[in-house]
Amino acid sequence: MAQRTFKIWRGDSEGGEFVDYTVEVGPGMVVLDAIHRIQAEHSSELACRWNCKAGKCGSCSMEINGKPRLSCMTRLNSLPEGTVTIQPLKAFPLVKDLVTDVSWNFEQNKRIAPLKPKARDADGNHRMMQEDVDRVQEFRKCIECFLCQDVCHVLRDHKKHEKFVGPRFMVRLAQLEMHPLDTDDRIEKIRKEFGSGWCNITRCCTEVCPEHIGITDNAIIPLKERVVDRYYDPVAWFIRKVLGRK
Amino acid sequence: MTTATAPRAIGGHKDSFGATTRSDRWWQGGALTAAGLIFFFGYLTVRAFQGTWLWANPYISPTGAPPLFTPASGYAGAIPVSHAWLGAFPAWWPRFLPQSPAFFFPGLAIAFRFTCYYYRKAYYRAFAASPPACAVAGPRLKYRGETALLLFQNLHRYALYGALFLLVCLWYEAFSAFFKNGQFGMGVGTLVMVLNAALLSGYTFGCHSWRHLIGGRKDCFSCDAGSKRAHGIWKKSTWLNSRHMLLAWLSLFWVAFTDFYVMMVSRGVITDLNTW
Ligand code: SF4
Ligand code: SF4
Ligand code: FES
Ligand code: FES
Repeated sequence: MAQRTFKIWRGDSEGGEFVDYTVEVGPGMVVLDAIHRIQAEHSSELACRWNCKAGKCGSCSMEINGKPRLSCMTRLNSLPEGTVTIQPLKAFPLVKDLVTDVSWNFEQNKRIAPLKPKARDADGNHRMMQEDVDRVQEFRKCIECFLCQDVCHVLRDHKKHEKFVGPRFMVRLAQLEMHPLDTDDRIEKIRKEFGSGWCNITRCCTEVCPEHIGITDNAIIPLKERVVDRYYDPVAWFIRKVLGRK
Repeated sequence: MTTATAPRAIGGHKDSFGATTRSDRWWQGGALTAAGLIFFFGYLTVRAFQGTWLWANPYISPTGAPPLFTPASGYAGAIPVSHAWLGAFPAWWPRFLPQSPAFFFPGLAIAFRFTCYYYRKAYYRAFAASPPACAVAGPRLKYRGETALLLFQNLHRYALYGALFLLVCLWYEAFSAFFKNGQFGMGVGTLVMVLNAALLSGYTFGCHSWRHLIGGRKDCFSCDAGSKRAHGIWKKSTWLNSRHMLLAWLSLFWVAFTDFYVMMVSRGVITDLNTW
């Protein structure tokens, strides 16, 4: 078996440093396996969060060689030779080592009104056609890993947490806004409260999403276009206000 | 590039311009994009200001098509006055400006590409470094996203209307390239022009605003016959949309190449193979 060195951030919100650990690595190992081995052999108090080890719970998000990724889905042999750098997420407050406090995201989620379905059909059922939910089903793949939130420069670098809910919640908003049964009017909030205009569509969220959701092209831009219909398109405005059509 | 180190880089993260722990060549994408944009838009801008070698009967360069006016004299390889919509450049045309048909309709393409959701990504990253690349810190300037100065980007659909008009004209010019002095035939130039119109169609019909207007704005695709038709068009547009970046570059390259080809034939540097 080969040896590999990992440069891992150790510390809390007061400060800390990178510490190097060298362990044996084998074929098929992922970054999370290496962290477990480091915990077993070198430092049992190294903090990291994980749960499913199958890319489905979204707990093990961290930054590997500078890129936000799921540590349980990042195979060591997919990384270039040499030391592997491992850091906690940048966009959220650090708790300890590789664990950040992502509760801000749960607060955002609470701000979004749930589905407000239209009345049931005469036989008491809700009916939807597959072609009407295809779009929305893509968004339901989200595992809430918040890698997109972490990489989004609006949050990560510009710290506009007060202005912009971030790509994950633009996805959730798109999922509701495009839902064939939803009756809530969400456009005003999408622009004013959730901050669609803060996104400059540079697509880093889409690049890091482990579920390959077309965050920018299928969720955010279509929402921006709906916002244009309501607020910026003079012809649409004229048709709505003056001619009174929807 | 890292100049100042933040006093306490919690998590090992720094905020200074260009700071990152990425070990790959993250600057490569932005550098290539910048080089490509400067090269192609630079070439087309130079050609637009030249106003020469835009015509090689029956071929017309997209830099000058469709021509509203054309210079009556003084410009080698100019589009014939009979082919221009309103004939020769009028007397009021300012002297300091070259008599180039590019200043009219072809300019619509600039507005379209400038406000395109793909090109916005490309130049926000490559020229404004906002961000320079994913998980790489940008310059520490005040950030307003598209909420202030860039609000005009919301009018992209109006640029689309202009581009659709231009597209019709370019297809018309491509079909006209099958006829030389009234005689049917074709040459390499015809194929170059048809491919140009085809690539521009692929780019235009994958546009996000188009995809929204023709169907994406609906929540129900199955509700009536009109919505079902819209869904069909939306799906095709979605297919093109997922290749929008590729088509943006291919069509940009081919517009420049079409212009170059017409220029070369017009100057007599290369001979067009054809059936006439
Ligand atoms: S596309 Fe928008 S939401 Fe996604 S990372 Fe970029 S700025 Fe953030
Ligand atoms: S949209 Fe993708 S990257 Fe963002 S939280 Fe969901 S799964 Fe993770
Ligand atoms: S541990 Fe569940 S996604 Fe990695
Ligand atoms: S042309 Fe690119 S999005 Fe409209």
